This record gives sequence, C-alpha cells and structure tokens, in this order.
Amino acid sequence: MDTLIPQENAESTIPIRDSTDILKARHRARELAAALRLGSADQTRLATAVSELTRNVLQYAGEGECRIINASSDHEVYIQVVVEDHGPGIPDIELAMRDGYSTSGGLGAGLPGVQRLMDEFHLTSRPGYTCLMIAMKRPRALSF
Amino acid sequence: MKIPILRLGDILLTSIQVDLTDAEVMQFQGDVLHAIADIEARGLLIDITAMEVVDSFMARTINDTANMARLLGAEVVVCGMHPAVALTLIEMGRGLIGVETTFNLNEGLVRLNRRIQQRGDSISTDQDE
Ligand SMILES: Nc1ncnc2c1ncn2[C@@H]1O[C@H](COP(=O)(O)OP(=O)(O)OP(=O)(O)O)[C@@H](O)[C@H]1O
Ligand SMILES: [Mg+2]
Repeated sequence: MDTLIPQENAESTIPIRDSTDILKARHRARELAAALRLGSADQTRLATAVSELTRNVLQYAGEGECRIINASSDHEVYIQVVVEDHGPGIPDIELAMRDGYSTSGGLGAGLPGVQRLMDEFHLTSRPGYTCLMIAMKRPRALSF
Repeated sequence: MKIPILRLGDILLTSIQVDLTDAEVMQFQGDVLHAIADIEARGLLIDITAMEVVDSFMARTINDTANMARLLGAEVVVCGMHPAVALTLIEMGRGLIGVETTFNLNEGLVRLNRRIQQRGDSISTDQDE
C-alpha cells in the first residue's frame, strides 16, 4: 500500500509525441492526485487540464513534454504540471486566453478552461518556446 | 479498438468503455454515423459511464456527432456522465456540451423516445402547413 504513495517531490516526465501520450499524461496526473488522496472531482479537474494542455502541444507544436511534479508538504498537497514545447509559440496570449478563440476550429475552451480549473496558471510563449505551468493546491485531506 | 453499436428497434445504443485516443474518437464518430445511415435510425444513445475525462476536444466531437446525426434524422442523448466530469465541464465554461444528457441509461431511453416523438410531431405539422 505504501508503495502506491508517490515520494515527496517526485517528478515524472512524459514526452508528448502522439495522441496516446495524452492518455498517458492524464493517467499519470490522475494517479498522483489519487495517491495524494484528492477526491474524484479534483482528480478529474487535474486530468482534464493535462489533457487540454498536452493536446495543444500536439496540435500546435507537433511535440513537447509534460512534467508532473509532486511538491506537497506535510500540511499541503501541491501538484504542479509543466507542459513545454518548441513550436511556433502563441503570438497574442490575451487573445488565446479568450473563451471561444481558436485557430483550429476548436471550441476555444482549452486554455481559459484550464485556468478556471487550476489554482495557479502561468503561460509564457515566444516563437520557438511555449511553457504552461499549472498547479493544484489543497490542504491535506480536505479535498472533495 | 472497435466500439460495439447495438440496435434496439430504430434506436442505436453504444457505450464507450475505454479511454479513447483522438484517432479512435474520430473512428467512433464515423462508425456511429454509418450505422445511423445504414438502418435509418431515429435515435442514438451514447453511454459515457466509463469516461473519466471529457475535455474540450471530446465535447466538440460529441456535439458534432449529434449535429450530424440530426441531419441524418436521428436524435442523440448522452447518458451516464460521471458527476466529476459534469462538474469539470461546467467549471471550464458554460455550454460546452450541446447535447441532452441524462444520469442513467433508462432515463436516457425515455428522453430519447420523447425527442423522437417530438420530432415526428413537428415534421408532420410542417407537412400539414
Ligand atoms: N502550445 C501552443 N503553441 C502554439 N499555439 C497554441 C498552443 N496552445 C494554444 N495555442 C493557441 O491558442 C489557441 C487557444 O487554445 P485553446 O486550447 O484555448 O483552444 P483550441 O485548442 O483552439 O480549442 P479546444 O482546446 O477548445 O479544442 C489555439 O487555437 C492556438 O492558436
Ligand atoms: Mg486546445
């Protein structure tokens, strides 16, 4: 049982190259959330956010990387996800964050949705590099 | 990975049981639309009880499938959405799923039949005019 609990500050890296990697990444995120005893709503929020960001990497950059980091402490669960790519970048971040804005005929719900689901959301982008850092923060054993 | 599509009279019933890759989602959409055209189905019930994640891509695919099914003459209802999935979709943005959803399969069938009935009614009144 104890072996299921991930090590503090453990980090796992998932290369994002095709759509099976989206499944891999979101499974990994959900597993970590579950192991840290977050509830099913939080597990789903995190998995969905990871799904959105990794799909964006595939769609707009072709490939990239997703790192899932457990930075929890004794009194706080803190899961950080960093998704990076070396694609074209996002020319207008404000526009990309707008509900319904999509350059691919999508719903344009990914980025603004992820921001609403997460406690932290940082987006940096320039031609050749895009990085999204998101995090979920919960007091220990008080998650729903 | 082929998702079975069951026939119940002129209704099709399908249940997504595994986590699908994007390619499998598109394959599923194609299969379902072909099946509707083949038997001239009047309704399609999609059970998503086993889906742990419905992201914006999946939401859009469900909406598109429903719109295309309607063009082929079939109403669509989605049933069995996990409460955590529903919550996440609502938090992400209002109205991401543009399809009627019900809690369980039974309720889904009831709603689907009601929609088919309504559609039949409106088609016959259109013709009366
Ligand atoms: N990693 C990225 N690299 C380059 N551009 C990106 C990246 N991620 C997002 N974008 C741009 O930002 C826009 C908005 O992204 P968002 O995920 O919100 O919507 P979408 O992917 O278009 O549709 P949806 O996610 O709803 O299917 C995209 O259409 C794309 O132009
Ligand atoms: Mg997107």
